[in-house]
Amino acid sequence: MSFFVHTLQRDLLLAFRNRNDIVNPLAFFVIVIALFPLAVSPDASVLSTIAPGIIWVAALLATLLSMDGLFKNDFDDGTLEQVLVSPQSLVLLALGKVFSHWLMSGFLLALLSPLLAVMLFLPTQAILALVSSLLLGTPTLSLIGAIGAGLTVGLRKGGVLISLLVLPLYIPVLIFGAGAVQAGVMGMPIAGYLALLGAIMVFSLMFAPFAVAAALKLSIRN
Amino acid sequence: MKINMPRWFYQLASPKWSYDFMGILLPWFATAALLLLGVGFVWGLVFAPPDYQQGNSYRIIFIHVPSAILAQSCFMLMAVASGIGLVWKMKVAHIVAKSAAPIGASMTIIALATGAIWGKPTWGAWWVWDARLTSMLILLFLYVGIIALYSAFSNKSSGEQAAAILTLVGLVNIPIIKYSVEWWNTLHQPATFTLTKKPAMPPEMWLPLLVMVLGYYCFFAFLLMARTRLELLERENKSSWVIALINEKI
Amino acid sequence: MGYFNSFSDFLDMGGHALYVWLSYAITLLIFIANILSLWLKKRAFFNLAKRHAKREQRNS
Repeated sequence: MSFFVHTLQRDLLLAFRNRNDIVNPLAFFVIVIALFPLAVSPDASVLSTIAPGIIWVAALLATLLSMDGLFKNDFDDGTLEQVLVSPQSLVLLALGKVFSHWLMSGFLLALLSPLLAVMLFLPTQAILALVSSLLLGTPTLSLIGAIGAGLTVGLRKGGVLISLLVLPLYIPVLIFGAGAVQAGVMGMPIAGYLALLGAIMVFSLMFAPFAVAAALKLSIRN
Repeated sequence: MKINMPRWFYQLASPKWSYDFMGILLPWFATAALLLLGVGFVWGLVFAPPDYQQGNSYRIIFIHVPSAILAQSCFMLMAVASGIGLVWKMKVAHIVAKSAAPIGASMTIIALATGAIWGKPTWGAWWVWDARLTSMLILLFLYVGIIALYSAFSNKSSGEQAAAILTLVGLVNIPIIKYSVEWWNTLHQPATFTLTKKPAMPPEMWLPLLVMVLGYYCFFAFLLMARTRLELLERENKSSWVIALINEKI
Repeated sequence: MGYFNSFSDFLDMGGHALYVWLSYAITLLIFIANILSLWLKKRAFFNLAKRHAKREQRNS
């Protein structure tokens, strides 16, 4: 457990020292969303109907954007190899890194989302649904994305490949997340959606760290 | 933990033994596939009665349904092979999974293409975001990802292990994807007329369909074994049995 | 012939000719492509092996 905390602390510290890594995905998130009024229409009725989908897709792409570098530095400088030969568990390392990744991407995106919801004329009653669905859904995105990052960390061209591997697996989260917001727009109960998002999160929390560890082991030995 | 498996299981792990074993089975499956598919094609196109609702366009069922079944079975087979490959570090199992991926992808493409074409006379559009078609599309994405991962590694055996992990992750996800897509579909579309679900198909229709499904399975088995054998040769090209086999051929 | 009165009837597929024949054509095409690519790969492998064997004969 202390190894998990240690990894988390170290990653957060590194991120704070190099703030670009935190700011860039957030800026990407905002810019992508700002493109839609320009591309589709600035009309409030049009924007408010597509807002749940846009915000969720943008959040998904923004988490994916920072996924590429999740294990890169630790792989290049041999930290991962050290952990592999040490008695410390790769599973805990994966968990710590995923958690710090989520704090810096999904969590901040969720905090930022009400602002974008206002820009896209999303009805106020849906904002709670938006924030809570992002809070419950983005950890799954980080967890699944880490599997892709672990599998491709040893490859020179990992970037596009990760998206190819991971995006199909993101679809259930996208469906339930955007569905929750849409239900919120229509004033329908959102508890069912949130329960499903939570269930998927717990499920991936149980399995994904082991898959990430297996992927890392393989990438190190390659 | 040590699990004792029967003898044939360990024999399968030997590339040479597998190569020879599949060589014995291969002609049988090829013949069966040729016969079944030939009979099925003619039966389905000529002798099966037209559907009372869809007329003759329903004859696409005889190629659409088997390919959809095969696309999913192939993924299951890849997952089982990947699991065996990872647990017992069995090279042959990884090679089977690798050889199955492009075949499964082609089956998915057939299912998608025929489904889309069938949709035109039935729904009036070349593409409809129907739950089954959408799940098939996502399955194709999964296949594409796995195939891309195989080719991204220069070390073939690492690529196989990476793809095996991804296949198992995909297998766990498939039921969740299916469920979510079905839910999404009922939310966004009023219950549409599904292509294949029909009240009690008469035997004149499902018998040729059964023949086609069996034919597809045999064809799949034939392709899979042939691909696996070739891949085994390429991977073992330094070993004595392959060299002997090549010298024999020349 | 089966449920059709004539061969042209069969080709017409009750007005659904385009859809039925297009799907069957695509299916057959993909089947054949699978077999063909396998056959080409096999030939390439044995050709390469043959060239290697010849080179070794010359060298020895």
